[in-house]
Amino acid sequence: MSEPILQLKQVQKTFADTNVLNGIDLSIAQGEFITLLGASGCGKTTTLRIIAGLEQPDSGRVLLGGNDVTDLPPEKRNVNTVFQNYALFPHMTVSENIAYGLKLKKKSKAEIRQTVQEMLSLVQLEGYQDRRPSELSGGQKQRLAIARALAVKPQILLLDEPLGALDLQLRRQMQFELKRLQKQLGITFIYITHDQEEALNMSDRIAVMRQGRFEQIGTPNEVYDSPKTDYVARFVGEANILRGTVCKVGDPLLLQTDAGICAVACSGCGLKQGDTACIAVRSEQVQFSPYREGEQGLRATITEKNFAGGMLRILLTFADGQTVVASRHGIDLPAQVGEEMLVHWQPEHAILVQQSEEADR
Amino acid sequence: MNTRKKKQGYWLTLLPLYLFTIVFVGAPLVYVVVLSFLQRAETWGVTGQFTLQNYRQIFQPVYLQTFVDSLKLAFLSTALITLIGYPFGYFMAKLSPKGKKRMTLALMIPFWTNSLIRLYGWIIIFRANGPLDQLLIALRIVDQPLKLLYTYPAVVVGMVYALLQFMIFAVYSSAEKMDWSLVEAARDLGASPITAFFTVTLKQTLPGLLSGIILTFIPSMGLFFIADILGGNKVVLVGSLIQDQLVKAHNTPFAAALAVVLMLMTTLLIALYRKIAGGKELEGLV
Repeated sequence: MSEPILQLKQVQKTFADTNVLNGIDLSIAQGEFITLLGASGCGKTTTLRIIAGLEQPDSGRVLLGGNDVTDLPPEKRNVNTVFQNYALFPHMTVSENIAYGLKLKKKSKAEIRQTVQEMLSLVQLEGYQDRRPSELSGGQKQRLAIARALAVKPQILLLDEPLGALDLQLRRQMQFELKRLQKQLGITFIYITHDQEEALNMSDRIAVMRQGRFEQIGTPNEVYDSPKTDYVARFVGEANILRGTVCKVGDPLLLQTDAGICAVACSGCGLKQGDTACIAVRSEQVQFSPYREGEQGLRATITEKNFAGGMLRILLTFADGQTVVASRHGIDLPAQVGEEMLVHWQPEHAILVQQSEEADR
Repeated sequence: MNTRKKKQGYWLTLLPLYLFTIVFVGAPLVYVVVLSFLQRAETWGVTGQFTLQNYRQIFQPVYLQTFVDSLKLAFLSTALITLIGYPFGYFMAKLSPKGKKRMTLALMIPFWTNSLIRLYGWIIIFRANGPLDQLLIALRIVDQPLKLLYTYPAVVVGMVYALLQFMIFAVYSSAEKMDWSLVEAARDLGASPITAFFTVTLKQTLPGLLSGIILTFIPSMGLFFIADILGGNKVVLVGSLIQDQLVKAHNTPFAAALAVVLMLMTTLLIALYRKIAGGKELEGLV
């Protein structure tokens, strides 16, 4: 296996007594599209700024292509950033913005002109070269920011929530565009977002961050289908979390929760009688049927129904007050709010997860 | 139907503004220009006789020299104010919100005191064997008192002291509004801190810097009392010349002509500067 293009080793950063990064490790391969996914304040932007050199870690090393760049200033790193607010130079035209980095690299005039042309066509901004950033639309600014960063041919492109300011439709379109660009250029992308859909759509790998640590690093499928912790299960896709004690080992094993007994697939999960366990069930995997005495399942009442984003979401409340969310395609559901239901799922759809520990911050 | 009424209301609201401008700016200006073309009366005031004599008189070497000296001093003070005020305003913008408030207050407080009183403070400091001389001698930087009072350097210090705040606040207001992520973007694209400063920061704070220059250069052409108080009679500027002609020599038309030329010069300089600055808005100039 070739050398990773970027390695973070035990990177730690504290701001005003708050541990923003708790010694993180990360290894990224050449040409990879990796997304740092997390809620705001989880340390993803700080990670990006440390990679860019805009921030210094308190301890730990940053290796770029095998070379230690921890102490190098941003201008000496072959890594470029697409800033969240774009940070386009307002006093320069579109072309001048793109040419800025090239001029600093002392490229010849002809070469600069050629690269600027290439970049303009790459991001489809031909004809706009003499405009000022203030005369561009949000999507165009976004594309200019990408062109400016790509013009200097970075080893890694860092993107800090680049689509955050765009409307939904444009965002979907740009997701596709970015992915296409990345494939075409073969450059490593490190992408930051708090939008799980964006992360699942675009990434080769997703690193889910929480409180300055990585909760899980894996392919979108791994993160979605086998979340390691309850936090990941809830953050990526929507999952219901239930806790309980193992009351019968086997496959499936039975878990005693406050809401009742449920079956959980366990092939070599190693849980013993009396162990506590935590399971995650995707809302689309939650089944329910009208309550009938003696049938298997967890007894619950429908407390809410709402229709959002093409999905019908049904909120079911157990006797102890815990809730689960079930989702269905379509708008119609015969069951009404207030009706009693039996909630169940296939044992293999109950995923055993670890409980996220509270990091000391 | 309503447009005419609206238009009337519009003019009515602006009327006080026009009246004020005409009475207190326009009329005096016309008065001064007219005066400058009239003959001096025997004792005080002017006669109705038209003449160009007042303007001819300005071209006498002694008066021309005064203009040259004034320009030199204005350029020198403005240059020094820029050198001190720009970094000051720049770093002030980087302070914490609390620090900014404190610094603003610290800069404002001295200006609640009468400027003449503050100038007398400088007289005490600059006096032969005064606090400054004593300090410098105690520190063994000099072994003879400098006797700075009534010298050119004293006037320059006075000018810088009186006008520095305008530059600081003009630059500060520009730098405060600046998007510092632009500097990060420049660094990210390969600019050293110095290159980033000249290609981004300076360009972004240019409006503030330019209005700071105007706000200091123009007054420094006319501030006569600083030269009078700190320079004694050794430093004669256009401002003091006008005052002397008016108050001591009672040569009203000549004073008027000097004022008109001074005004034309500053107007010319502003026009020139606006051309260089590319018609940018003057920040801090209302």
